[in-house]
Amino acid sequence: MIGGLFIYNHKGEVLISRVYRDDIGATLSTSVDAFRVNVIHARQQVRSPVTNIARTSFFHVKRSNIWLAAVTKQNVNAAMVFEFLYKMCDVMAAYFGKISEENIKNNFVLIYELLDEILDFGYPQNSETGALKTFITQQGIKGQTKEEQSQITSQVTGQIGWRREGIKYRRNELFLDVLESVNLLMSPQGQVLSAHVSGRVVMKSYLSGMPECKFGMNDKIVIDKAGKGGVTDDVAKSTTGKQSIAIDDCTFNQCVRLSKFDSERSISFIPPDGEYELMRYRTTKDIILPFRVIPLVREVGRTKLEVKVVIKSNFKPSLLAQKIEVRIPTPLNTSGVQVICMKGKAKYKASENAIVWKIKRMAGMKESQISAEIELLPTNDKKKWARPPISMNFEVPFAPSGLKVRYLKVFESKLNYSDHDVIKWVRYIGRSGIYETRC
Amino acid sequence: MTDSKYFTTTKKGEIFELKAELNSDKKEKKKEAVKKVIASMTVGKDVSALFPDVVNCMQTDNLELKKLVYLYLMNYAKSQPDMAIMAVNTFVKDCEDPNPLIRALAVRTMGCIRVDKITEYLCEPLRKCLKDEDPYVRKTAAVCVAKLHDINAQLVEDQGFLDTLKDLISDSNPMVVANAVAALSEIAESHPNSNLLDLNPQSINKLLTALNECTEWGQIFILDCLANYAPRDDRESQSICERVTPRLSHANSAVVLSAVKVLMKFMEMLPKDLDYYGTLLKKLAPPLVTLLSAEPELQYVALRNINLIVQKRPEILKHEMKVFFVKYNDPIYVKLEKLDIMIRLASQANIAQVLAELKEYATEVDVDFVRKAVRAIGRCAIKVEQSAERCVSTLLDLIQTKVNYVVQEAIVVIKDIFRKYPNKYESVIATLCENLDSLDEPEARAAMIWIVGEYAERIDNADELLESFLEGFHDESTQVQLQLLTAIVKLFLKKPTETQELVQQVLSLATQDSDNPDLRDRGYIYWRLLSTDPVAAKEVVLAEKPLISEETDLIEPTLLEELICHIGTLASVYHKPPSAFVEGSRGVMHKRLPARTGSGESTESPDVGTIAGGSGTETAPSIIPSQGDLLGDLLNLDLAPPTTTGPPPPTSGMQMGGMDLLGGGLDSLMGDESEPLGGDIGGSAAMGAGFGAVPAVMPASLNAPMGGGLGDLFDLGGGVGMPLGAYIPPKTVWLPAMKAKGLEISGTFARRAGVIQMELTLTNKAMSVMTDFAIQFNRNSFGLAPAGPLQVLSPLSPNQTIEVSLPLSTVGPVMKMEPLNNLQVAVKNNIDVFYFSCQYPISMLFVEDGKMERQVFLATWKDIPNENESQFQIKDCHLNSDAASNKLQASNIFTIAKRTVEGQDMLYMSIKLSNGIWVLAELRVQTGNPNYTISVKCRAPEVSQCVFQCCEAVLKN
Repeated sequence: MIGGLFIYNHKGEVLISRVYRDDIGATLSTSVDAFRVNVIHARQQVRSPVTNIARTSFFHVKRSNIWLAAVTKQNVNAAMVFEFLYKMCDVMAAYFGKISEENIKNNFVLIYELLDEILDFGYPQNSETGALKTFITQQGIKGQTKEEQSQITSQVTGQIGWRREGIKYRRNELFLDVLESVNLLMSPQGQVLSAHVSGRVVMKSYLSGMPECKFGMNDKIVIDKAGKGGVTDDVAKSTTGKQSIAIDDCTFNQCVRLSKFDSERSISFIPPDGEYELMRYRTTKDIILPFRVIPLVREVGRTKLEVKVVIKSNFKPSLLAQKIEVRIPTPLNTSGVQVICMKGKAKYKASENAIVWKIKRMAGMKESQISAEIELLPTNDKKKWARPPISMNFEVPFAPSGLKVRYLKVFESKLNYSDHDVIKWVRYIGRSGIYETRC
Repeated sequence: MTDSKYFTTTKKGEIFELKAELNSDKKEKKKEAVKKVIASMTVGKDVSALFPDVVNCMQTDNLELKKLVYLYLMNYAKSQPDMAIMAVNTFVKDCEDPNPLIRALAVRTMGCIRVDKITEYLCEPLRKCLKDEDPYVRKTAAVCVAKLHDINAQLVEDQGFLDTLKDLISDSNPMVVANAVAALSEIAESHPNSNLLDLNPQSINKLLTALNECTEWGQIFILDCLANYAPRDDRESQSICERVTPRLSHANSAVVLSAVKVLMKFMEMLPKDLDYYGTLLKKLAPPLVTLLSAEPELQYVALRNINLIVQKRPEILKHEMKVFFVKYNDPIYVKLEKLDIMIRLASQANIAQVLAELKEYATEVDVDFVRKAVRAIGRCAIKVEQSAERCVSTLLDLIQTKVNYVVQEAIVVIKDIFRKYPNKYESVIATLCENLDSLDEPEARAAMIWIVGEYAERIDNADELLESFLEGFHDESTQVQLQLLTAIVKLFLKKPTETQELVQQVLSLATQDSDNPDLRDRGYIYWRLLSTDPVAAKEVVLAEKPLISEETDLIEPTLLEELICHIGTLASVYHKPPSAFVEGSRGVMHKRLPARTGSGESTESPDVGTIAGGSGTETAPSIIPSQGDLLGDLLNLDLAPPTTTGPPPPTSGMQMGGMDLLGGGLDSLMGDESEPLGGDIGGSAAMGAGFGAVPAVMPASLNAPMGGGLGDLFDLGGGVGMPLGAYIPPKTVWLPAMKAKGLEISGTFARRAGVIQMELTLTNKAMSVMTDFAIQFNRNSFGLAPAGPLQVLSPLSPNQTIEVSLPLSTVGPVMKMEPLNNLQVAVKNNIDVFYFSCQYPISMLFVEDGKMERQVFLATWKDIPNENESQFQIKDCHLNSDAASNKLQASNIFTIAKRTVEGQDMLYMSIKLSNGIWVLAELRVQTGNPNYTISVKCRAPEVSQCVFQCCEAVLKN
């Protein structure tokens, strides 16, 4: 299991060091230094997130300029160690915001306290912030009654470790966001090399008591199954007016009953309080690609490049895409750029080796164009320019996967509010993930 | 409030000041002081001098302060063991505190203080805490047992904590269960043979129930523990799989990977024709793909594991090629891993896409990545024949870029393409030669030299090219020197007139001016060959080389199996067994996949096939990809009578026959292989025993030659001439194509006209042509050995089947096998060496002159002690005694006398085995009763069972 955990700043100084295992303790200072020398101060790019130095394995992740490193001498579950490091970042962020050297120094006592709680002898323990915040506070715990204490311990160890009893709201409200990022890799000829949507359902729930929720979407398997009960597919489609989507795979927050999903494909859960990610999913079929990028790059002699890029929006004209940004890479030996664009603003950014073209808003079924002349310095560099792909960023108010929320039901039998009393908000946001077109 | 100020105090006399503050009356000041102490500790300052003062602050009801003091204690107790005792009282008191959080804190901290004296005091509080009413305390105490075990294992056993821990597996609280499982698993790892975890269907059921209820981390502990369980049969393993599959949708990647581990392992036990097996395979793909949308570090872990899974079960991800396409912004470690998997998944169906991608990658920036991409193009060419042409043209395009490392890498892979498809792409040699000057890496130079030597007859200025390399001969690396030597010898044999001077030059450079023994020896071999018999030299050096095979970088199967058992862990990330990087006893236990139940695979040797050499990175031997092939080549050569006329140094030790070379070679070959196998798998270990050194896994009694009994009786007799009609069992599949890279062997044994024959059917189910077949037996009970080479004259093209009949002699080396009639066989072809074992009917060995004189029979029957007599029943046989007698006679089982007593026919029979053993039998046939009784008497009673089986088979067919 995890033998020790260190937090370094970018200089390689240790900010936090907690040793859990004796096998690490024996060579503590050497391993601390070894990591600094071999990883933080290494000249080249990180070649692997797991490094073995002198029979000691280091797992590291970096957040801004802070390094978190878990150290072990055993054959640990590597996936678990990384998951734990991410979780630990989440917990720290939930307690004191951004992970920075200053924040870590300011909260080092708290961090030690957290590390003592969420990692015991190198075994990760309950690390849900909701539960942790009930008994690890920066103010110190005072005047807990016996009931409160046992409530805390039963929550930390219990089946529903993510929610405490006795939550009360005057207004029961639910916010549901379907956040999708659409990823595309397209060949210069316009052929889709790979495309997928990775989506997340993020909820904010402000519900009283211990409500039982049920979430439904236009999952093809569920719809087809329902369709078999007498009505044929087409009829079902025409009556509901919605198409179903094929979900390749999905993963759920730990509050969702996985066995129930496996057997009935229904998503039921007792939600954590506040904001959380209910599920993630991935689709690859019938994706709506909101934009199409058509590049045209022409090399005019050795010192000039002509670039023309057309973007076409491909969704309902009534909808508006926002924050559109097209990034056209330029060669390293670029000396000057002239840009003309029909819409928005375009600028050559020498430091980023790219022309950045920004458009605030664009309706569906429109098209826009940019053309640029790039002047190059003559070089004797034999190596050709690698022509990185043209990338795009945008935000659209629909789900490119076609996912639709069908229902979200809330049941709380002990308290006197029903599903109808809960105010529910649903919103769809599609963003670009890695949306690239080769040129 | 900010704590960062504590980091800044570096004044002199700081310790003194802190001491004063620690002893202050004001609580706030005390707390501040302790914080400063901890801050100093963190940055590595020695604040151990403050030990007593800090410990004094321990007695407080302020939880935050208490935690800080505890933290200090954990760090310094070991250096101040005597002082640490001072803390004991507070610990013991805290373990009784009404607040469960404090009780847990105390027991958690105490376990971290590794001082013997304190450990003793820990026992009583720990015992109480293990039975605490509060689950939070119990789950903490469970881990504490593991801590204590790490300090003093004996104490934990003596105090009976292990039993209490086992009881916690049935706890009502899922988190307690999970922690108890984690602790027990860890303790069990240091006691490999103990039955600590005692997994049985009941406890497994409890774990599976807890799995649904506990935290994500707890699920990982439980799944990792489940993976160590060996289900009793396929039904149990299916039911576990069914309950584990829902975990594949968990958001935590570690839960998913651990679930994949359990499934991959237990799947081994499911019959392949089961519907569920197919369903399970389908269910595995999506979650694996989803792992690739995690953070890059996790992606890396996932990709390393997918690399293993793809090797073990390629069918799972065969349609998912696209998700492994490299993204421009992927970190380099993710890119390199994706590339690896892409090559493994490349097939005829997707090769066009893959090539387009690889070409794209070859223009990237990172040198390692580009090199690997170029290499990948070459590997595609070798793997998918249809794509070879496109690959070659892509590589030529890349060579045109003139980017140095791209050119060198391309030349190295083109060399391999030549080795796979000779006489197809030589037109590109001219282009390659243009780049001769830019090659500065040994591997590329060696590759180029090899190409020049191999195709010397088509390159007009080959001699000039090679000569130019020769100038700096001594500055070259060994790899290049060896290659240059071979290439020039090849050139000489092809164009002897113009290159005599050159070859003399290189031979003298290699033999006289070099300190490298390999180079010197190879030089001498060539020299001698050339001066003795140039024609023979030509046959040797320019002999047709076997083609290289595609699967060059697969992980060795036993290691792969072990790594599959470690999915998700560091071992799977490093692709090394835990023993390679874990110190001490932990984790050195080798894990294995369970065997499939109820299928007939157990008799076959496992596929130990992948010894094919690396992708041609070695020097000269690289023209021959595997040791097996090398041996095969030598076997075909006639090295036998060497003449010692011309060569400068005297020859000695050359008097080796071809067979000897094979024997000796196989010895080392088998020896090599049986070692990593470590006796894991019976079949091949026994093979090792047969051919090479005696491995420890063979029981000693079996290894010793049979004293008296069998051994003495062996004589080298073989019978002559007899009518046909002996029983020949139907052919059975001995080596399925799956296990032998597409070669399927089925066969049987027959005795025809006094000659034992092994009748084989070879079917090529692979995509490529198979050539160079050879066969070898392990030592066996009756000294069976091939009497001639395996007569497969023409190459075996895909989907072709041939029948071969191999005459056997009984004069080979003898070793008793278990069962007695077991025969272990090695067959090699141009692809690899394969091993299997089969059982021959012992009637093969019944010789034609096995009819004993009556008197002798009587005397012998009496002479053989009664304990050597065994009785068997032959059921459901509807022959009368005469028909039976005739039938048996056809198989050289001779009836000497017949007697009828009370309606019962008694047939007395004699059999002589090829090694001279006599077997006497009495067959009792009662008319109307289909059940016969046979009594077998023999001086070597081991054979009785086999003889009986034979008689039964003969009579029933």
